[in-house]
Amino acid sequence: MADTTAQQTHDPVELDRVIIRFAGDSGDGMQLTGDRFTSASALFGNDLVTLPEFPAEIRAPAGTLAGVSAFQVHISDHEITTPGDAPNVLVAMNPAALRAELHRLETGGTLVVNTDAFDDRNLTKAGYRSNPVTDGSLDRYTVYEVPMTTLTKKAVTDLGVKPRDAERSKNFFALGLVSWMYTRPEAPTVAWIESKFANRPLVRDANLAAFKAGHAFGETAELFDHPYEVKPAVLPAGTYTNITGNTALAWGLVAAGQLSGLPIFLGSYPITPASDILHELSRHKGFGIRTLQAEDEIAGIGAALGAAFGGHLGVTTTSGPGVALKSETMGLAVSLELPLIIIDVQRGGPSTGLPTKTEASDLLQAMYGRHGESPIPIVAASSPAHCFEVAIEAARIALTYRTPVMLLSDGYLANGSEPWRLPDVADLPDISVDFATEANHADVDGNPEFWPYLRDPDTLARPWAVPGTPGLEHRIGGLEKEDGSGNISYDPANHERMVQVRADKVAGIADSIPLLGVDGDPDDAELLVLGWGSTWGAIDGAVDRCRARGHKVARAHLTHLNPFPRNLGDVLRRYPRVLIPEMNLGQLVKLVRAEYLVDARSVTKVRGVPFTSGELEAAMLKELGDQ
Amino acid sequence: MTEAVATVAVAPPTTRKDWSSDQEVRWCPGCGDYSILAAVQTLMPDLGVARERTVFVSGIGCAARFPYYMDSYGMHSIHGRAPAIATGLAMAREDLDVWVVTGDGDALSIGGNHLIHALRRNVNLTILLFNNQIYGLTKGQYSPTSELGKVTKSTPFGSLDQPFNPVSLALGAEATFVARTHDMDRQHMMETFRRAHAHRGAAFVEVYQNCNVFNDGAFAGITAKANREHMLISLAHGEPICFGPDGEKGVVLDGQGRARIVDVAEVGIGNIVVHDETRAEPGLAFMLSRLSTGPSEPTPIGVFRAVSRPDYGTETTRQLVAAQGNRPADLTDLLRSRPTWTV
Repeated sequence: MADTTAQQTHDPVELDRVIIRFAGDSGDGMQLTGDRFTSASALFGNDLVTLPEFPAEIRAPAGTLAGVSAFQVHISDHEITTPGDAPNVLVAMNPAALRAELHRLETGGTLVVNTDAFDDRNLTKAGYRSNPVTDGSLDRYTVYEVPMTTLTKKAVTDLGVKPRDAERSKNFFALGLVSWMYTRPEAPTVAWIESKFANRPLVRDANLAAFKAGHAFGETAELFDHPYEVKPAVLPAGTYTNITGNTALAWGLVAAGQLSGLPIFLGSYPITPASDILHELSRHKGFGIRTLQAEDEIAGIGAALGAAFGGHLGVTTTSGPGVALKSETMGLAVSLELPLIIIDVQRGGPSTGLPTKTEASDLLQAMYGRHGESPIPIVAASSPAHCFEVAIEAARIALTYRTPVMLLSDGYLANGSEPWRLPDVADLPDISVDFATEANHADVDGNPEFWPYLRDPDTLARPWAVPGTPGLEHRIGGLEKEDGSGNISYDPANHERMVQVRADKVAGIADSIPLLGVDGDPDDAELLVLGWGSTWGAIDGAVDRCRARGHKVARAHLTHLNPFPRNLGDVLRRYPRVLIPEMNLGQLVKLVRAEYLVDARSVTKVRGVPFTSGELEAAMLKELGDQ
Repeated sequence: MTEAVATVAVAPPTTRKDWSSDQEVRWCPGCGDYSILAAVQTLMPDLGVARERTVFVSGIGCAARFPYYMDSYGMHSIHGRAPAIATGLAMAREDLDVWVVTGDGDALSIGGNHLIHALRRNVNLTILLFNNQIYGLTKGQYSPTSELGKVTKSTPFGSLDQPFNPVSLALGAEATFVARTHDMDRQHMMETFRRAHAHRGAAFVEVYQNCNVFNDGAFAGITAKANREHMLISLAHGEPICFGPDGEKGVVLDGQGRARIVDVAEVGIGNIVVHDETRAEPGLAFMLSRLSTGPSEPTPIGVFRAVSRPDYGTETTRQLVAAQGNRPADLTDLLRSRPTWTV
C-alpha cells in the first residue's frame, strides 16, 4: 500500500529509545549542537544520558582526525543509565568526523553527512583515497546526503551575513534537521538562540534561519520517509532539570554551605576537566561564597586550608595532576585536623595524560598518595546528578570529623548530563557543627585552659576553635603534637598513639555511613558485581541484560571508599564470585582483596571512554561461564 | 552556626607577657630571632590589638617557629606556603590581623611564587621576612640571598647563583608597602613593624637577621653599632636622603637617572633626593633598593614605599555584598535556575 498523502508520509514512527552522535570539527560547534538537542529532549520529558568527547586542543588543525569533537546523547521513554553502546545515528559534518566515528555506528545505522565538506582537500586530510559517500563503502548504512553548508548559506544570504560567517551557522542547520527527524519541539531551541545571541542580532537571525531551514529541509526534501518520536519517559513524579556532574557538584557545595551555615571558600587553579566547578561557584557570590583563582594548585588548597582555620568550609577542586601537587598540604590538613574538601575530577594519566578523556585511576592516589600514615576519607560520585549529594556527604564527613575528605568524580560525570529530580531543600540533611567557645581543660593549678587536641570521645574529632574566640588562642602545625595539649612532641610513644588515633578516627566514620545495599537476587546470585564511581550506569545496564538471559546477578555500588561500609566484607563473602569493573588497571580490587581476603576479579578499561553495557555484559557472562 | 566574624570591640590593654606563650623558645643561643621576637612582643601591647584577633602564620625554617612563641592564634604550616594559607585566612576573615613570618629560603626559594602573588594581590597581611642569607635549619646550605661565591656545604667551590634583593623583588611584585630593618636595633624594628601593621594591604618587611651558627656576622659590616652611622642610610619620608655622623653623605640622581652616593658639600643639600615613600611610580624606591649590592656597602633601611591600593579582602567583600543585594541568595531558587520540567 502506497502512501497517498504527504501527511501520512510524515506521521512519526515511535521508538522506545535512540542514541545519536554528533561529530564534526572542533570549530563546528558539535558540543553546542549536542547540548541543545539534549536540552530540548529533557524539556520534552525523555530520560537521557550524554557523553561529550572532545580533543585537548582548543582548535586542532581544521579537517584533521585530531580535531574531531563529538557529542553522544541517548534519549528514551524509560529510565536509562548510560549514554548507550553503539549510536543508531551518526551526524558527520566532515570526512574526518566520519572516519573517526563511523566504527561506533551500529550496522545498518543512520548516517547523516554534510556532503559539502567532502571535497578532495578534506578527504585527503582525513586519509580517504576516494569519497566514501560515493564509492559504496557506506552501503551497510542508511546514508542521508545533505549539502548543509550550501543550504545554510542559502538560508541566511538575505540577512546580509557574509558568506564566511554564514557557514558558521551550519551546526544549527544540522540541529534543525535532527530535531525534525526525532520530532523535538522547536520552541526551546528558538528561545535559547534568541536569548543567547540577543546582543548580536545578525548572528541570532542567522542561527535561527539555519535552524528553521534544517527543520524545513527534513519536512520537505522527501529524503526521509517519516520522522521518529521518542515519547516522554515515565519517571518518578517531581520537577526535573538536566544537569552535568560539574554543575551538580558546584550546587552540592553551595547546598553544603547553606546546610552547615558556613561560608564556602574555594581555592582552585584551572585544570581540565574540573574548571567548570570554579566557574560555577564564582557566579554564586550571592551565597557568600568566596572563590580564589590561585597562583597554582598548592596555593589553591593552601588558601582553602587557611580559610578552614578561620571557620569557613574550605574546598579545592582539581584533577589528578593537581592532586599530586596538593598532597603535601593534604598531609598538613591531616595533621591539623581541620575540615577540608578536595575534589578530584579524574582524567587519563599519568602526567598530563589524556586531559579531556575520562579515567578513574586516582583511587590509590587518594587512598595512599601522601607520606607518612595519612588517612583521608574518600567518597565517589556514581552519576552526574549524584555529584550533588556526594558533595554534601563530603562536607558532612569533613565537618563532623574535622578531616580533609577526598571526593572523586571523573571527566565522564563532569561533562555528561542526565535529568535530575530536584530535591526539596527542606529534606536535605543538617550538617551544622559547633565551634569551640570555651576552655576544655584545667592546668595543674586548676586554671581553665584550651587543649586543641582534646577529642570528642565518639567521633575522635578535635575542637574547632576559630581565631576571634577569646581565651582559646592556640598554635597548630605540621610537627607532631602531644595528644591532648597539642604542644610539639617528639616522644616516640606519643607519636605512635597519634598515628593510631588519626587512623581510628577515619575508620570510625564507618559508624555514620549506611550499610552497603545489594540490588537484585541478594540471596542466591551466582555473581556479585561491585562498582564505584561512574561505572554505575554501565553496570546497571549490563546486570539487567544478564538477568534477562536468566542469570542471577547481584549488584552493589560503593559511594564510600574510605572507610568502606561496615558490611562490605559480609557482602563480598556471600557470593561465589565477585567481579569489579574499573576504569583503571584494578585499584579497588586491590583494596578489597587486601582488606577482606576475597578472590574478587577485575575487569578494566583505560581507553578514555566509559565502559559500555555490552562490554560489561560480556565480562559478566564470561565470569558466569556463559559465552 | 553563623559566620565567625563578629564586630571588633576595643581590645583590653595587654602587656608583653600576655603575648608570650608558655612554650620554651628553642632558637640557638645568640640567634637574631630572639631580638625580633622581643621587638614584636614588646610592640603588640602598643598596637592595642586583641590576642584572639591576631594570627601568626609561618612556613618551615628557623623563623617559622615564631608562632609557637606568641600567645595568639597561630599556624606553623609547610615549607613556603605560609603566604598562600594566610591569603585564604585573610580573605575569609577580614576582622583578623594576619602576620606571616618567613625566612629567605621559605619566602624566596620554595615559596617564591606565593610571596609575589600575595604582594601583587595586596592581601591584607603583614609579612616579616627574616633574611640571614643562609639555610639554618638544614644546617648551612646557601640561600637565594647568599652572596655570589658563597662557600657552604652545598657550594664547596662557591655559589654560582645571583642572589635576590628582597626589597627589589617586592617592589617588582607590585607591593604597596616595602621596608627594611635589622635585628640589632629594636626601636627601628618596632617602628618599622608598627608602620607595616598599620598599612592596609600587603606589607613586606625584610629584617636583616644574624645566624650566629652558620653565617655569623653577615650584616655586622653595616649593623654593628660602630658601623651604623656610616653604613645605614635611614630613609625618612619628606627628608633629604643623607647619612654619616654629620649627614655629610647623601643620595643624588645622576645624569643617567641612577641613584648615587655623594658628598653633600660637593653638590649642595638642595640637590639631594628628598625621600617620597608615597610615589605611585616605584622607580625611585627601586633605585634606592639597588644602591647597595650587599651588606658591605651603605644600605638604606626604613620604609621604601607606602602607597594606598584597595586590598584583596575588601574588594572580595565588596563583590559579595553587591551580589547579595537586599537579600541573600536562596538555594531553592538556584536549583530551579535552569530549565525545568515536571513529571
